[in-house]
Amino acid sequence: MLSILRTIWLTFLHIFHKTETVEYPEVKPYLPPRYRGRIILTRDKEGEERCVACYLCASACPVDCISLQATEDESGRRYPEFFRINFSRCIFCGFCEEACPTYAIQLIPDFEMGEYDRQNMVYEKEHLLISGQGKYPDYNFYKNAGVSIGVKGKGEGDHEEKPLDLKDLMP
Amino acid sequence: MKEALNIAGVLFIALTIAAGLIWVERRLLSVWQDRLGPNRVGPFGLFQVIADTIKLFFKEDWVPSFSDRPVFIMAPGILIITILLTFAVIPFGPDFIVFDSNIGILFFLGNSSLGVYSIVLGGWASNNKYSLIGAMRASAQMLTYEVFMGLSLMGVVMMADSFSFNAIVEAQKGGWFIVPQFIGFIVFFIAGLAETHRLPFDIPESEGELVAGYHSEYSGMKFGMFFVGEYLGITLISALIATLFFGGWLGPSFLPPVFWFLLKTFFFICMFILLRASLPRPRYDQLMKFGWKVLLPLSLGNILITGAVLIFFK
Ligand code: SF4
Ligand code: SF4
Repeated sequence: MLSILRTIWLTFLHIFHKTETVEYPEVKPYLPPRYRGRIILTRDKEGEERCVACYLCASACPVDCISLQATEDESGRRYPEFFRINFSRCIFCGFCEEACPTYAIQLIPDFEMGEYDRQNMVYEKEHLLISGQGKYPDYNFYKNAGVSIGVKGKGEGDHEEKPLDLKDLMP
Repeated sequence: MKEALNIAGVLFIALTIAAGLIWVERRLLSVWQDRLGPNRVGPFGLFQVIADTIKLFFKEDWVPSFSDRPVFIMAPGILIITILLTFAVIPFGPDFIVFDSNIGILFFLGNSSLGVYSIVLGGWASNNKYSLIGAMRASAQMLTYEVFMGLSLMGVVMMADSFSFNAIVEAQKGGWFIVPQFIGFIVFFIAGLAETHRLPFDIPESEGELVAGYHSEYSGMKFGMFFVGEYLGITLISALIATLFFGGWLGPSFLPPVFWFLLKTFFFICMFILLRASLPRPRYDQLMKFGWKVLLPLSLGNILITGAVLIFFK
């Protein structure tokens, strides 16, 4: 009996407690920088597309919502001809970001993607590609790895040495 | 002319409070649960009531093909009619009463018994086992609590020497009946909770076990009628508590009597909501045991003692 009265009293005292509700559209919640939200495609420092169309993200994706087609420009550099993410299927797991060897595909802290038409949830390359570098600045895949193609010759990378001339005696 | 004005006034106040309670209850509950509640539609979310009503009107009003159609449609109406009829005998002010019956309390008790039919018939006509279980529980619960709801009021009747609500209010000029009739008040309050099947006594509904109990099959405005009926019931019981134990419209004369009456009523409405916010639902058998073994002897003892004291001082 007493415990019932005590319960009622304690509940009544909650008038003087702080409300926990966050009034969302006016007050934005804090999203940590590594929050997994809307997906973007980034460019490197020189403004070139980072994506080399290797299909790793598409095969890592557990719900198969990434679709792309690889092609090459005249210098031999690979890039996606189209790049399509169906966000109505994406579960924002971040596997694509982990699979990507070039930091091209990144998840950013933004979840406000509501649409009235489901078809609008399918993002094409022009919707995904941004002109900045995203979360990983100063990284250029071609400067660190990759075979010799039109973009970079042998040994011109940041952490590479010129290949030795085996027929030369000089050190 | 005066009668028509009184009827319109009583209807207006009762229905406005009942509709406004949709908003009041949700806001108050959220205050006690550290939330904000509806605050988007209009100032302080006040237009939530209108939004909800419009929503209910546009819902599909489905009558199950397996139901007993006429009874199914009638049931929600019975609840509202019986409760609104009772408002006729409640004095909102010295002259603000539709019908000053000299058997007001009996009229109320009779009407609240009729109100049970609404729930029992609604559950029965739905032809759904959850509804039926809810209706069975409702009939048992209300039968139990009706018994000492009447008995708990007998102390007040004895002290005022009348069944008329206005006479009871007049008799409280010397002091509110809450002091001599405290046990009666407690018993009546609990019985009123059970009568309106409000939480914690919403066992006929108990959405955790019975989907929604007796109104599982109801949708659209028919569901809305049960909803409004429940709020009207709360308002009625609160008004009765204010009238019978807290001096009704009596109060300092710098404000009109109607105001005092409404203030007291509103206080008890808030108490109802506070109980909903704080107490869990008892088990069905606990409810019955509590009713028959604790509250019934208590109210009988109250009658005994009140009668003895009254005769002693006569
Ligand atoms: S976040 Fe997960 S589900 Fe979404 S595109 Fe990347 S791999 Fe697929
Ligand atoms: S986004 Fe990354 S993983 Fe996907 S195709 Fe382009 S380079 Fe490969």
